[in-house]
Amino acid sequence: MTTTTTTRTDARWAAVRAGLSRGWLETKYSIREPGDLVWTLAFPVIYLVVLLFMRGSTVPGMDFALGAMVLPSLVGMSIGFGGLTGPASTIAVDREDGTLLRAKATPNGMIGYLVGKILMFALTTAVSLVALVIPAFAVAGDLRLDARTFVLLVLIFLVGMLATVPISVALGSLLKRASQTGLLFLGSMLLIVPSGIFYPITALPEWVQWVGQAFPYYWLGLGARSAMLPESMAAAEIGESWRTAEMFAVLGVWAVLGVVLAPIVLRRMARRESGSTVAAARERYMSQGY
Amino acid sequence: MSARDAPPPSGDVALDVRDLRMRYGTKDVLTGVSFEARRGEVLALLGPNGAGKTTTIEILEGFRMRSAGEVLVLGQDPAHADEAWRARLGVVLQSWRDHGRWQVRELLGYLARFYVPYSTPEVTRPWDVDELIRMVGLAEHANAKVQNLSGGQRRRLDVAIGIVGRPELVFLDEPTAGFDPHARREFHDLVHRLADFENTTILLTTHDLDEAEKLADRIIVLDGGTIVANGSADQLARELTTQAEVRWTSGGRRHVHAVTEGDPTGFVRGLLAQDQEVTELEVKRASLEDTYMSLVHRAETSGAETSGAETSGADKNTAAAGGSGQALSERTEEVQS
Repeated sequence: MTTTTTTRTDARWAAVRAGLSRGWLETKYSIREPGDLVWTLAFPVIYLVVLLFMRGSTVPGMDFALGAMVLPSLVGMSIGFGGLTGPASTIAVDREDGTLLRAKATPNGMIGYLVGKILMFALTTAVSLVALVIPAFAVAGDLRLDARTFVLLVLIFLVGMLATVPISVALGSLLKRASQTGLLFLGSMLLIVPSGIFYPITALPEWVQWVGQAFPYYWLGLGARSAMLPESMAAAEIGESWRTAEMFAVLGVWAVLGVVLAPIVLRRMARRESGSTVAAARERYMSQGY
Repeated sequence: MSARDAPPPSGDVALDVRDLRMRYGTKDVLTGVSFEARRGEVLALLGPNGAGKTTTIEILEGFRMRSAGEVLVLGQDPAHADEAWRARLGVVLQSWRDHGRWQVRELLGYLARFYVPYSTPEVTRPWDVDELIRMVGLAEHANAKVQNLSGGQRRRLDVAIGIVGRPELVFLDEPTAGFDPHARREFHDLVHRLADFENTTILLTTHDLDEAEKLADRIIVLDGGTIVANGSADQLARELTTQAEVRWTSGGRRHVHAVTEGDPTGFVRGLLAQDQEVTELEVKRASLEDTYMSLVHRAETSGAETSGAETSGADKNTAAAGGSGQALSERTEEVQS
């Protein structure tokens, strides 16, 4: 039996490596696609617009540029938004067009598919973050930039991906049709309202603060602020602290939740996929156009 | 010549299906399907829409759970089979717009990687990607984006994807649906090459009798969730078309008699013994095509409720003949000028 178990392990590793090549290829295709590039560069563009409007204004009561204050929150938001909505919408689409069925028809194909997806989202989100952060440092001189900033940002990016991508995979598997992904975008937008990203969370009613703190957006924003803002700005936060331990704990809980739930939901969804379900989706597209 | 001359080298059973049943809610889609396929055999599941072809093939592919019955595909139950089993299998899917951005060679190269660990001394897996691209006639399009391929080219890519792991058994569900005659012919050539060259077992579904006759060594006719005939095209013609028309002239008049069941020889012997004036005797058996068309017609007009319950495997011949008898007059002698 040792030979068969070796083969099985070998085969899984081969699938992981194939998945990495898939992630790389898909990133390459995505960057070449103008439609996708718009999404990747959306946050840097939004930030430019925000900067334009906040020129010369400072944080109320402090001598700190408002534009510099908003940047870390946007970094957190782009990690959260990319991680939560991206995988869900592609999974819903891949399911209808037969991409998932191909993965299912290939030995260990689902492993390759998932690894590829995660890598692709990590890479495209990273590209978009770099495009956001590098010019911003040049513009907003008040930001903090040292080794701690860099390490914390990388950590928050990794934990943020773990906390959002699996949850998103699970949500995408629950959708019945690709056209329902709009709901996810809407839900994601609603969660941004109490997240303290565009409006300081301390100025919101207390119950809204609790809602905001239950979801990853707030903590991703807080984490990014703790990495990029000077120590003195912690005074504007809840409890006048960056609460780094709590931040990693809450994001960790979301990561565990996602890692446990995603394979279960995905497997249940994938089990139902067959040639006829894809054919039915195609027929619906042909007749109804969505 | 559609059937291959050489018998498969081994008598191994690639597919073994016994009393397969499928029920969705209260609707019986398969009511006891049993058949076998030997290694190297090309088998066509033929039947009108709604006969249960796709359900059968999806159960064998391991994409659908059956309600009852025993199924062995390459010696394993597809409901519980592992990835090593999956690696020996090829599923030709009908692509639509998946992997549209991918380049042909990159997509095949990516999928080929999954099969490398399953290579054995007997079967080197996967195919060399460039060789495979040449074989399916996509050499000029190796660097093209999948979404820029024509329908026929895309289907050839589907076949290439289905066989990239050098499968021992290939499933094709309605492979030529929506093809123009030229693309269909090219596709048939490809299937022949695959079967001859690699001794691959192939199971395909089609609702086109002509296609089944061209491609398959053996045809299984499915109707209303059960098998109504199983054999080569010649055997099928004998087994399924039990009606014959006997025409003769006697006393200056033309007579027609329809034999709806069994061998018309007995009737002719009796006729010749009774009537010494018989001339211009003709015995015409209904063609396989006539019989199949009436089966399709019946399936389309009667819908789902009459199918399924009417027959079990044992009296399949009478079921098929009884259903398609309306084309010929019953046991009455007619007089024509």
